Amino acid sequence: MHDSRPGRRVAIVAGLRTPFAKSGSVFREVSATALARHVARELLVRTELDGREVDEVIFGQVVPSVRVPNVAREVSLLPQLLPSVPAYSLNRACASAAQAITNAADQIALGHADVILAGGVESLSDIPVLHSRRFSQILVEAGKAKTMGRRIGTLARTRPRDLVPVTPAVAEPSTGETMGQSAEKMAKENGITREAQDRFALQSHRRAAAATEDGRLTAEIAPWFGGAGMDEIVATDNGIRADTSLEALAELRPVFDRRYGSVTAGNSSPLTDGAAAVLLMAEDKATALGHRPLAYLRSSAVAAVDPSWQLLMGPVYAVPRALERAALSWSDLGLVEIHEAFAAQVLSNVQAWASAAWAERLGLAGPVGEVDWERTNVAGGSIAIGHPFGATGARLVTTLAHEMERRDVQFGLISICAQGGMGHALVLERD
Amino acid sequence: MSAFTTVVESGIAVVTFDLPGEPVNKLSDAVKVEFEALLIRLRDDTTIRSAVLISGKPDSFIAGADIEEFSALTTESAAERLSFEGQEMVSRVETLSTPVVAAIHGACLGGGLELALACHYRIATDHPKTQLALPEVQLGLIPGAGGCQRLPRLIGARAALDMILTGKSERGAKALRLGLIDELVPPSILRATAVAAADRLAREGVPPRKPKGGIPALALDRTAAGRRLVYRAAEKRVLAKTGGHYPAPLRALDAVRTGLEQGITAGLAAEHRAFGELAVGDVSRKLVQVFFATNALKKDDGIVPGSAVPRQIRRLGVVGAGFMGAGIAGMAALNVEVDTRLKDADLPRVGKGLKAATGILAERYKRRRLTRSQFDRLSALLSGGADYRGFARADLVIEAVFEDLDTKRHVLAEVEAVTRPEAIFASNTSTIPIREIAAHAARPERVLGMHFFSPVEKMPLLEVIPTEATEPEAIITAVRFGRRMGKTVIVVADHPGFWVNRILSPYLNEAAILVAEGVPIELIDQTMTRWGFPVGPVALLDEVGLDVAQKASAVMHAAFGDRLRPPETLGRLIADGRQGRKNGRGFYRYHDGHKAGVDDSVYPLIGVRPVEDADSGVIERRLVFAMLNEAAMALEDGVVRTPRDGDIGALFGIGFPAFRGGPLRMIDDLTATKVVETLRDLEDVHGSRFSPAGGLIGTILHGGRYYPA
Repeated sequence: MHDSRPGRRVAIVAGLRTPFAKSGSVFREVSATALARHVARELLVRTELDGREVDEVIFGQVVPSVRVPNVAREVSLLPQLLPSVPAYSLNRACASAAQAITNAADQIALGHADVILAGGVESLSDIPVLHSRRFSQILVEAGKAKTMGRRIGTLARTRPRDLVPVTPAVAEPSTGETMGQSAEKMAKENGITREAQDRFALQSHRRAAAATEDGRLTAEIAPWFGGAGMDEIVATDNGIRADTSLEALAELRPVFDRRYGSVTAGNSSPLTDGAAAVLLMAEDKATALGHRPLAYLRSSAVAAVDPSWQLLMGPVYAVPRALERAALSWSDLGLVEIHEAFAAQVLSNVQAWASAAWAERLGLAGPVGEVDWERTNVAGGSIAIGHPFGATGARLVTTLAHEMERRDVQFGLISICAQGGMGHALVLERD
Repeated sequence: MSAFTTVVESGIAVVTFDLPGEPVNKLSDAVKVEFEALLIRLRDDTTIRSAVLISGKPDSFIAGADIEEFSALTTESAAERLSFEGQEMVSRVETLSTPVVAAIHGACLGGGLELALACHYRIATDHPKTQLALPEVQLGLIPGAGGCQRLPRLIGARAALDMILTGKSERGAKALRLGLIDELVPPSILRATAVAAADRLAREGVPPRKPKGGIPALALDRTAAGRRLVYRAAEKRVLAKTGGHYPAPLRALDAVRTGLEQGITAGLAAEHRAFGELAVGDVSRKLVQVFFATNALKKDDGIVPGSAVPRQIRRLGVVGAGFMGAGIAGMAALNVEVDTRLKDADLPRVGKGLKAATGILAERYKRRRLTRSQFDRLSALLSGGADYRGFARADLVIEAVFEDLDTKRHVLAEVEAVTRPEAIFASNTSTIPIREIAAHAARPERVLGMHFFSPVEKMPLLEVIPTEATEPEAIITAVRFGRRMGKTVIVVADHPGFWVNRILSPYLNEAAILVAEGVPIELIDQTMTRWGFPVGPVALLDEVGLDVAQKASAVMHAAFGDRLRPPETLGRLIADGRQGRKNGRGFYRYHDGHKAGVDDSVYPLIGVRPVEDADSGVIERRLVFAMLNEAAMALEDGVVRTPRDGDIGALFGIGFPAFRGGPLRMIDDLTATKVVETLRDLEDVHGSRFSPAGGLIGTILHGGRYYPA
């Protein structure tokens, strides 16, 4: 069955993440580099892997810090790894870690590497704040000035408005539309009600709370030693609200369209800090090292739509493509993980997969499939757990692989929507 | 084979110093003869315009004089002559019409630096191995080849005294700031830069040096009145540090002062006179013996040579993230650069331990001993968890859990269950016999003791304790690992208290007995610090922790009977809630962690009044001889393999005064006969605990000593 993907079979040996924390909370003082290094090192420890076995490190990060443009290299320079391990960082927006895993799998399949550490990280507590264009130009010019007088003269051209800092926006550069506005547009165009969104958010929180309580989620978390004394232990995600209710969610005001809107802070994923990583190996390498893989990567696919249309509909295209590459149909899937950027986005994607009209648009004989919520996002999703842009893909692979093992499921699917109108899908399999 | 190779290229002689058959360059008599010949060539060969002196050794310029050679000198006049000849040779470099550039990479110590100081230009590398120092005072000597004269003239009296009186070493960057060197370059361009400088010097002469240090230097270093202040402050510091037991720093100060105030000729005379006297003096002799003993220990792996090779330690597991465990982890990361996993019962404890271990690195970073990137790299070696994940790859596991036999056995069983069969298990215990801990071990051949002293980052000694069952491979691995951690390692037998706590036990008991007799606590401690210990015995009890001390003394009492019976004193204090420094209440009072005088309420607690006419001579005799006697007994029991190990253990483990050489060396100096006599006198007054060791009597009978005369 597993010969659908060309090249060597790629094993998912293990996955791990830091706790996911709302930006500006427990990881306020922590750099993305520190989060990424922590999770990578703990993954090596938990797998009892000799760091010298690692051939490459690939990490996703959407908003890199100015000082560390290639966070993956900082990870690969962990003293537990060989300094000769190459590393690069990439950006496919919210699917970055999924892309890191896909690229790693490709390299392994091709025989270029046996063991790759792939993951992602985001710290929105540690984002670059830029000077205005004009002020930057003044600074550069002053830096080039030959005399002190000229330098002061250049700097004197600064006007107060030049000093207003520029922060990165979660908006489409091509359309200027924010992610939330896009979700709002999708809710309206696809007829997703406020109540359906809140209900979905509630389910995300309840499931995440239950999975934290019974240890399914905490098993995937490398606790963080926080505080000045390193004795304030962070072992769980701090965005999960076990006590939330439909009523509480209903009280929140829409953020992006105060009058007719339905997208609220409660039914969207929060800005989050965190890191996640997955250890991938060639199947024979995993066997040789005595590892029992959680699952194997069977296929992957990426798609994109015009961002000025419904921004977060990329998965509608990516998922059937990945299934086709996996030579599987929706009914073969035992588990599904859908990244929850917004409840409106998830419900729009799900609706499209089940629709005959969409099947026609996609050129398929019939609808992609009907989501069974008993087998989908069973441990909650990004709305409750949080969504560090660069890391989410690796979290989803980790959670799905573990749950597939727990439930003894053969095939599982991951669907991720991303900025820029992109969608990323992965199919995992077990023997 | 010649030590110097000279290659002349376009009028520049590049002289490479590479002493055949030695790992480092030393200035021995033979080398000096060759060097004199070289100087004549540099003077007379008209094709040579200037010269570069560079080392052919990796990471070592010149390590200094040949200590073995001068320690063989027996008379003051011979030692004085050695210094004088050194001064003359170095002066000939300085007065050479051909400019000489010293190209320094690696250790540049003692006579090596004195020679460099006489060169006309100095270039050093920015490599961490490049260290410049005049460490003579550490051997009870002073720089005797003009160093006391040229260094203050070059970098000012204050900076020079700072280096000469402490022997501390400076890296290239600091040396440049001080004005000790003229240029700082990466190793890759040292030679080329030196050749270019030599060429420049030949054409343009030696450039004038700008005095460094600004106004304070102007006021303090370059006026006679300012320098008087500098001398006075230096003298005060020296006396506070040495307690007057070490003459060398004061003589060095005198040589510097004489030279600066009365001219270089007078200074050089004061310098070689002092060198002559010190070199054959008792203190220097002792310090040199200690130096040799320490060096010999560095080559002693505690096994039959060649019977095993050490295992490579790629991961260290540490169980117990308390003060000890964290210290061990921190030092392993810092000095061995080994991947270290810390384990304790819960994560907050692990976190605290990681913080403390990282703190050792952070402290080095703050003192600029580590760069930011080194700190980042080394601290990433430290990780921890509340379970044994990561231990499957550990090659060595050191446990530093609570001092309790069952706990330690339990930890050993847990560790054996998760580690590979080749992994070595070391127990950090101060009193529990290792064979007891290993009694139920699955692999007793891989179990031994590694007794660290607290605080691990400061205390230089490590006792490695094999049992009868321990394999040589485990021993050599532990010894080498401890040494890489920066410790002086002695291999001791698996007897209660091992070596250090064994000889400490009667000494601390005697101190507690003295307190119980009403001898004022400050008098006891003052007596022993004046005698040369860094802290007095009662203060030491507070430092160790009264509960810990009591527990240890109970173990020793059980093992050795009445001789080591502790007095009631500690129990009374503990019952009053006193644990010593750690809870701020002991024999002493503490304010914000600082010792604030004896707590007088201790006396009523143990039911005595402080006596007023206590005799410090008696106090000293009782305390010192209790320890000497126990040392003789422990040696006889085979606790240490040689007197050398025992003396080094006492020096580095408890701060036994180095100028006395160690307890066994002291017995030799006093003669065993005299020691036995004194013990018999003490026995008459104070009872059988002073009964002389059988070994001492045996030594007398055989007319022997511990060390060859």
